[in-house]
Amino acid sequence: MMRILITLLLLMLANTAYAHKPSDSYLILNIEGATVNGQWDIALRDLDFAIGLDGNGDGEITWGELRARHDAIAAYALPRLRIQTEGVVCPTHASTHLVDNHSDGAYAVLRFVAECNKPPSTVELNYSLLFDVDPQHKGLLRLEYKGTTTTAIFSPDKSTQHFELAEVSRLRQFLDYAKEGVWHIWIGFDHILFLLSLLLPAVLYRSKKHWEAVASFHPALIDVLKIVTAFTLAHSITLTLATLGVVTLPTRLVESAIAASVVLSALNNVFPLFEGKRWMVAFAFGLIHGFGFASVLADLGLPQDALLLALVGFNLGVEGGQLAIVSVFLPLAYYLRDTLFYRRIILIAGSILIMMLASVWLVERVFSLKLLGF
Amino acid sequence: MSKHHNPHKLLLISFLLLCNAQAYSAPFIPASDSVVLEQLPFKASDPTTRELRRLRADLSANPRNLDKAVTLAQRYFQLAMADGDPRFIGYAQAALAPWWELDKPPVAVLVQRATLRQYSHQFTSALADLQQVIRLEPRNGTAWSLLAAINMVQAEYATARQDCENLRGLASKLIVVACIATVDSLNGKAGQAYLSLQETYASSTTIPANEKLWVLTRLAEMSDRLGYADKADTYFQAALKLNIPDAYLLAVYAEFLLDEKRYSEVITLLKGRERSDILLLRLALAEKALNAPRAAEHQEVIRSRFDAARMRGDKLHIQDEARFYLYFLNNPQEALRLAQENWLGQHEPSDARILMAAALAAKDRAAAQPALDWLAQSRIEDRHLEKLLKAIQGMKS
Repeated sequence: MMRILITLLLLMLANTAYAHKPSDSYLILNIEGATVNGQWDIALRDLDFAIGLDGNGDGEITWGELRARHDAIAAYALPRLRIQTEGVVCPTHASTHLVDNHSDGAYAVLRFVAECNKPPSTVELNYSLLFDVDPQHKGLLRLEYKGTTTTAIFSPDKSTQHFELAEVSRLRQFLDYAKEGVWHIWIGFDHILFLLSLLLPAVLYRSKKHWEAVASFHPALIDVLKIVTAFTLAHSITLTLATLGVVTLPTRLVESAIAASVVLSALNNVFPLFEGKRWMVAFAFGLIHGFGFASVLADLGLPQDALLLALVGFNLGVEGGQLAIVSVFLPLAYYLRDTLFYRRIILIAGSILIMMLASVWLVERVFSLKLLGF
Repeated sequence: MSKHHNPHKLLLISFLLLCNAQAYSAPFIPASDSVVLEQLPFKASDPTTRELRRLRADLSANPRNLDKAVTLAQRYFQLAMADGDPRFIGYAQAALAPWWELDKPPVAVLVQRATLRQYSHQFTSALADLQQVIRLEPRNGTAWSLLAAINMVQAEYATARQDCENLRGLASKLIVVACIATVDSLNGKAGQAYLSLQETYASSTTIPANEKLWVLTRLAEMSDRLGYADKADTYFQAALKLNIPDAYLLAVYAEFLLDEKRYSEVITLLKGRERSDILLLRLALAEKALNAPRAAEHQEVIRSRFDAARMRGDKLHIQDEARFYLYFLNNPQEALRLAQENWLGQHEPSDARILMAAALAAKDRAAAQPALDWLAQSRIEDRHLEKLLKAIQGMKS
């Protein structure tokens, strides 16, 4: 009795000792027509507790031991998820088994398919995995339907939930993504500064060691057109490739390269690195920037059945936003091109400031730090 | 020959990058059958595993047997305390399933339910359960000690002290003195409380190991607050030597070592404890200070743990999350917001500390006021809080 007392007293102020993550499973359901494609990530710890996985009892779960239990896992999990549309149960069957690592350990990834008798307009889900052995377990659901994502949390108190599947107009979707495109170029300081750094000298030309103003608008316009077109083409290519899943690059690499591109394009205005061929630089680095846009687009959630729509909408939004910025910049720059203020302060000092800012970004992104608030 | 860098090279490099790009998606198939995917807390041959298996089997054969259920729940709870793994809390709750939803379950279940609830910071319902126990069994020592614990967390010191007094005759003299001393040390009588506990401990004979662990931890915390760093270290070391696994002890000793800037000792102390979110954060703080190789990796893990907790709707970790935003992400505004949210539920020295530190960093004097009020009301003597108080008072308002 005393010992129990003491153990309990040990609780005192032990609230802070609350540690690891409690048990969660991650359930993704994607509804396409009358078929529900599911992916269910269930922690190996939980499966071991519920049905046993450690075949040889050595305290470690190997892929071999897990593979031997794949049928048992499907037989345990699938009956504990009931998918119903309009009152009719959609029978499920397991398709593949994989593994994934989440923040608190390894999970079995169970992919399965549910066939409903017709494309649903509402779906009812009943989730009861692990609740009988761990009532603190939660099922984290992500439901995807026609480009919209709904999330929900299943717990013993909320084990049955209904979802209305709304029809989203194509036009609305297109406009939503276009809006996002405009927004993301407006707040994309790194993209804007890259472009502006390349455009700043458009209204000038190098004569011996100084910058001189161009005599007429035409060369400036051509220069801007070449650079903007090259940048647009390049980032559209990689945005498309990345979004369609043809090519993927690690985020940290992409973001760091973007920061580096800003440093270099600003540096070029102070010490000429690549004169007269800035459109090539715009193209080359534009490819990298496209990957940056792609990760933004991916974060917004992509409707598999309206992928092209989302892609084109977003891209057009980016171009639109870009155009707006350039059409404000060009007349202003042209107007000021003769002034020392433009050639020294804006071009040189401005470029140096941009370089410094971009260098900080580079450090932040390479070393995963946050030095600035933006 | 142009001295300028060839822009064509840039084009080439970008294409090369594209060609070598690897698509990676998260789920995978391991390379071979022998790849180890997960470490379980215990081997099958471990005495703990055997014991748990026996208790579990026993209970599933007799799920409505109160004694068996309470025994298993207690055992799981002890494991949760030792390891800091909340899955054990879920398992304990499952053992009590036949009675869990009842308004008036048996006393043994009430006590267990209160224990598990307070662990999840459900203080109000835990207190309600305990009040019920006290009405039915006024001499239930476990209930009084739990009440004392909860009231202390909520800074209800007078009530907590009374709860400790009610333990007289139900617990050993040492435990009663320790309970009262802990309350007093938070309530303006720290020096006295420390001396009285020290004396009683020294003059007690044959103290059970668990009691020793508890008393030594309290003595360590008290001496730390009073500024006797050497004594605190001695007590912590003595507690560790008892070899009773306790996640809380590791966490507070790590905090102490961090304050003393003894970073490499933190790394040694917490080696292999990355599974515990609390301990991982403290480990990462030490690694950051030393620029240790795994610091960035651990920082990412911590971030993903917080994201996972947010996804599931848990708010139990916000004190640590506030520290993460303050010390790792350099974001005092978000740290302050979290610290304020944390303060709504608990008023312990560590809660005040992060609130004051975040308010200081965010240059928001007014935000620290609740902590300052609590400091004044409780008359707590804590050197860390005193330092922060001075800094805040020195701020231009």
